[in-house]
Amino acid sequence: MKPAPFEYCRPDTLEEAVELLAEFGDDALVMSGGLSLGAMLNMRMVRPEAVIDINRIQQLSQIDIIGKELRIGALARQEHVLASPDCQAAAPLLIKGLKNVGHYQTRSRGTVGGSVAHADPSAEIPLCLTAQNGEIELTSKRGIRRVKPTDFFRGALITDCKVDEIVTALVMPVMQAGTGIAFEEINERHGDFAIVAAAAWAVRDGDNLCYGLGLGGLDDHPLAIHGTTTGKLEPIQEAVTTIVCNSEPLDDRRASATYRRHLAAHLGERTLQQALETAS
Amino acid sequence: MIRLPAGERMRVTCSVNGKTTSGFAEGRTLLSDFLRHELHLYGTHVGCEHGVCGACTVMLDGQLARSCSTLAVQADGAELTTIEGLAKDQKLNKLREAFSRHGALQCGFCTPGVLASTAHYLEGHPSPGEQDIREMLSGHLCRCTGYEGMVRAILEFAAAKQSEEQE
Repeated sequence: MKPAPFEYCRPDTLEEAVELLAEFGDDALVMSGGLSLGAMLNMRMVRPEAVIDINRIQQLSQIDIIGKELRIGALARQEHVLASPDCQAAAPLLIKGLKNVGHYQTRSRGTVGGSVAHADPSAEIPLCLTAQNGEIELTSKRGIRRVKPTDFFRGALITDCKVDEIVTALVMPVMQAGTGIAFEEINERHGDFAIVAAAAWAVRDGDNLCYGLGLGGLDDHPLAIHGTTTGKLEPIQEAVTTIVCNSEPLDDRRASATYRRHLAAHLGERTLQQALETAS
Repeated sequence: MIRLPAGERMRVTCSVNGKTTSGFAEGRTLLSDFLRHELHLYGTHVGCEHGVCGACTVMLDGQLARSCSTLAVQADGAELTTIEGLAKDQKLNKLREAFSRHGALQCGFCTPGVLASTAHYLEGHPSPGEQDIREMLSGHLCRCTGYEGMVRAILEFAAAKQSEEQE
């Protein structure tokens, strides 16, 4: 349970970090909070030639509201996001999700960017980002680009992040006042990865309601539906049933595929209903 | 920028429990192993070594950290508090007494981490409810006690501290 030898690189700036990534290519892994990568290194599930420790790149921790967007630096600790008034006001759904991420002891080091880059299929931060149709900002020597969650999360621990790129920020639309939100998950122990998690929001748009629902732990990446309704539940229930039936859930010792589908349908409908009812 | 080639060691200097101390570490050396084998502070226990059990929890620059999921080189220049430091903290005398009285430990393997978390948590949450304490403790695995004693001890200590401060 000790990591294999690697070259330890500690850049002080983002420029140095992307320079290192360009040099090492897929032989390097980026370490932020170390909660996921640390475990994988210890168990030797990964044996990179170099580990690039970004913890001293202060600019990556910044949280800003720019126009209608909330931009959270990849290195922002989960605990800081939870305590940030900007995030509480602009991203209440993410805040609800974050309360289920790891434990008091891990959120102090765990980062939002690390969770997204790791891309566990049942992780809450990727789920909230997908439900809200936010964006992931990636930086390399070639430049900066933004990717939608549906294009970014490709599978379990597989993302669209190229070998010379680093996740530098999460970008989310600022939630309008009066948006109804709901988050629920089922797991074995509070703070563990969810078996299934659901994140929903709804906002009034004239006579209609715009809504979004994200489901985690169902497929190998977070799933989402977005739509508009007059308030009737039936069409939404149909949409949830369709996404659940078309998913290919894991079938492992923690939960059977049938159970995961059952939970997803149940939690999906319940959270959406809550969100619709509380939208004002 | 620092670049430490594989297999080479660098000097890591940090303040541990208020005392500046140093040792050598490879890039891959875990903070938990550095504390135990370089600094000979055996109070930090190593359980699962993948961040789940919480036995190795220490305070790193005022924040809790799993020392098995932190590299020793990352602690260069940092301030660390381990159970050896908490053991000398007079403010925690009554917490230790409460742990003992309520049977909040049996084999004691998880206790250094639990005490680090509890001390840190109570700084920011002086009067937690039972549910808050259970949620905080969910970051630790104890195979002896069933957590009941810990919850009672922490509730009692927090309440006593609160009433002391009010007087």
